Amino acid sequence: MIRPQDLLCPRPEGLYCPPGDFYVDPVRPVDRAVITHGHADHARAGHGAVLATPETLAIMAERYGADFAIATEAAAYGRAVARDDVTVTLVPAGHVLGSAQAVVQWKGLTMVVSGDYKRRRDPTCPLFEPVPCDVFISEATFGLPVFRHPDDGEEVARLLRSVTQFPERSHMIGAYALGKAQRIIRLLREGGWDRIIYVHGALERLNGLYERHGIDLGPLAPATGGAKADFAGQILIAPPSALQDRWSRRFPDPVAAFASGWMQIRARARQRGVELPLVISDHADWDELTATVAEIRPAELWITHGREEALARWAELQGIPARALALVGYEDESED
Amino acid sequence: MRAFSDLLDRLSLTSSRNAKLTMVRDYLRQTSDPDRGWALAALTGELNFDAVKPTFIRKAVEARMDAQLFAWSYDYVGDMAEAVSLVWPGKPGANREPVLSEVIEGLRSSSRAEAQGRIEAWLDALPQARERWALLKLVTGGLRVGLSARLAKQAVADLGDVAVAEVEELWHALEAPYEPLFAWLEGRTDKPSSANPARFRPAMLAQALDEAVDFTKLDPDHYAAEWKWDGIRVQLAHEAGVRRLYTRTGDDISRTFPDVLDALAEDGVLDGELLVMRAGQVASFGDLQQRLNRKTVDAKLMAAFPAALRAYDLLQEGAEDTRALPFDLRRVRLEAFVIRQANVRIDISPIQPFSSWPDLAALRTSPPPGDPQIAEGLMLKRRDSTYEAGRPKGPWFKWKRDPFLVDAVLMYAQRGHGKRSSFYSDYTFGVWTEDAAGGRVLTPVGKAYFGFTDEELKRIDKFVRDNTLDRFGPVRSVRAEPQAGLVFEVAFEGLQRSTRHKSGVAMRFPRIHRIRWDKPPGEADELATLEAMLA
Repeated sequence: MIRPQDLLCPRPEGLYCPPGDFYVDPVRPVDRAVITHGHADHARAGHGAVLATPETLAIMAERYGADFAIATEAAAYGRAVARDDVTVTLVPAGHVLGSAQAVVQWKGLTMVVSGDYKRRRDPTCPLFEPVPCDVFISEATFGLPVFRHPDDGEEVARLLRSVTQFPERSHMIGAYALGKAQRIIRLLREGGWDRIIYVHGALERLNGLYERHGIDLGPLAPATGGAKADFAGQILIAPPSALQDRWSRRFPDPVAAFASGWMQIRARARQRGVELPLVISDHADWDELTATVAEIRPAELWITHGREEALARWAELQGIPARALALVGYEDESED
Repeated sequence: MRAFSDLLDRLSLTSSRNAKLTMVRDYLRQTSDPDRGWALAALTGELNFDAVKPTFIRKAVEARMDAQLFAWSYDYVGDMAEAVSLVWPGKPGANREPVLSEVIEGLRSSSRAEAQGRIEAWLDALPQARERWALLKLVTGGLRVGLSARLAKQAVADLGDVAVAEVEELWHALEAPYEPLFAWLEGRTDKPSSANPARFRPAMLAQALDEAVDFTKLDPDHYAAEWKWDGIRVQLAHEAGVRRLYTRTGDDISRTFPDVLDALAEDGVLDGELLVMRAGQVASFGDLQQRLNRKTVDAKLMAAFPAALRAYDLLQEGAEDTRALPFDLRRVRLEAFVIRQANVRIDISPIQPFSSWPDLAALRTSPPPGDPQIAEGLMLKRRDSTYEAGRPKGPWFKWKRDPFLVDAVLMYAQRGHGKRSSFYSDYTFGVWTEDAAGGRVLTPVGKAYFGFTDEELKRIDKFVRDNTLDRFGPVRSVRAEPQAGLVFEVAFEGLQRSTRHKSGVAMRFPRIHRIRWDKPPGEADELATLEAMLA
């Protein structure tokens, strides 16, 4: 009798697959790793061999340098790769460019590691693909019923209305450098903002990488130089930590906006001095998490990180056995 | 509901006064009647629904979802209205989305039981969490989005480019949803009549006196002086059987002070200071605070903290509007009027005779014992001045007594808001005391966030960053040792005993008076110095 924990089990380094001798998203250097996506808490430098999508490998090389691992293997979405007796297939997770779920199969048992994912459309990456499986291993960053992300087009429309309402001020959007920033830029373009968007230096390399992967970000310029008044009525994008940094003082009375799922909670916005919270997240919200589990209907649900207890309880109420793995080392959506 | 909920959402997270004004003004301009009028009523606190209690909302949501999941949600959010608005399992398309006026008219016309059913149906129909949040704020009473009624009225006045005093004077003659007011401000009709009995008359305010400049220009013979009593400025009105008590911004506080409300036998309107008085002696501001911000008041509280009015001016006598008369004449009529009322709840603020400015300065620094000890300073009123709304330049001056000063040590600094969000601009400071072991330690005595220039702020901000000991979210603890740290000379208006503060004292109106870059923290003041001021 094959048990799921014979195929994947939690260890301090991350989820380990004994028959394939690899870890998924290990938080410490290991010999063999499968990486779901390029965010720093999932993709670390210093592993022996790394299997990931070509886009994720490119992101890691951009961040850590070409020698971030001893050996790499690129697996395009949907191509099955053998790791000893185990087959690994990467399928789109809809989180950021190159993000994937790892479908791990062995002796007729299928387990899916979701990595981080969302279900809604994202102009910078393909949609999440549900895969039937015995065990679905889900994230639960926003695993509480309070997290229900509104339509992202409406959030961007609110931002653009504010730009019209306060033409003498600049609007500064805090957004994580990988994925969120580029998605916001694309959403702004879709919302009709075709003017130059000014970007903080920390975002430039990843913006360039996205553009090389065919995602057109439109006219961008570095948010440096120029007189303070030149930035009135303009939109700036910066890492969240820059919002309250001394860096922000060079712009005219900036309206601090922050694009994050955490912005759903008013106290969080207030605590960070955010004037215009934009509830835009690259993670599944409560409705997406529960709809995904209901759709896949796995024999068992495992939860890697986030607010596990609420999603586990919900699954149990639906008659799906759930188990919280309590993996450590995966941060909540960048809080900087 | 969407525009209204967006407005509340933005207001609640915005600290800049100007930005708030822009938001309210744009909303009023872009929203049609009657929705905007109802929104204005909500923003100015004119609507007070207590249609539902938090327990009802909790039960309603628990009937729709697992109680444990809701409990975790509420724990996480910490605010019932917000938690419910987020988790509410909507039924999109079940009903048409209600507009604001529909909600308000619906609440006004239904019994409590009916209202509850309606609220649940609206929550089902509203697609956005922000809208559900706005609805719940509305029905549980009190929006608390950090907008004063006066600022809302200022936004209204801006619509028609009129003075806010005009709106204030009209205000109590009008009722929500204020269609005639908007029609006038948009130039479609004449100004509505403000002639309703016991309406609010916009208050006349004084400029701060600049000793160096003003005394060389002013003639003492042209001015009358009186104490600036340390209570709250109010207006007491009695006309055609209607009795009202207003704050100086026109908020109706009649229900909080029934003891003062009945004090006028004749018809008239008085400007004065609301105080707690026992046998003609003015009690401390702390005593008055026991009576403020209460919806209702009982006999016990009124007996313990008896309120009274100390009259400054007469705005209306019988059917005659006296505001265009000169101050001296109003004063004569005021004295006669107050005597005729023969009520212990009213007396007159006496005029303080003086012949020269040095004479007046002597009075200010050494007031006679008794009442004037608790006055905030002196008022100077030009004898020929009419009673004008707002803060005209010249006729009235306030000359506050010198503040108390203390040297305190910066202990914690917190990030500011809005324009100051990249600066550590809110400072907690302390003075020296002894701990249980007899060691000399600092104890916090107050917090201040103004009193310095932008240049000084930059320098303090740098000091904070260079001398940070620890960080707690937006707060940093700062090096504060006898030989290393930063001393502020702090000015404040008064000191009260406080059980809520570890030091046992609380300052009124503290601000940074000077920054003592030169002074070693070890030489800052002791707690005993402050305690001596309490006597």
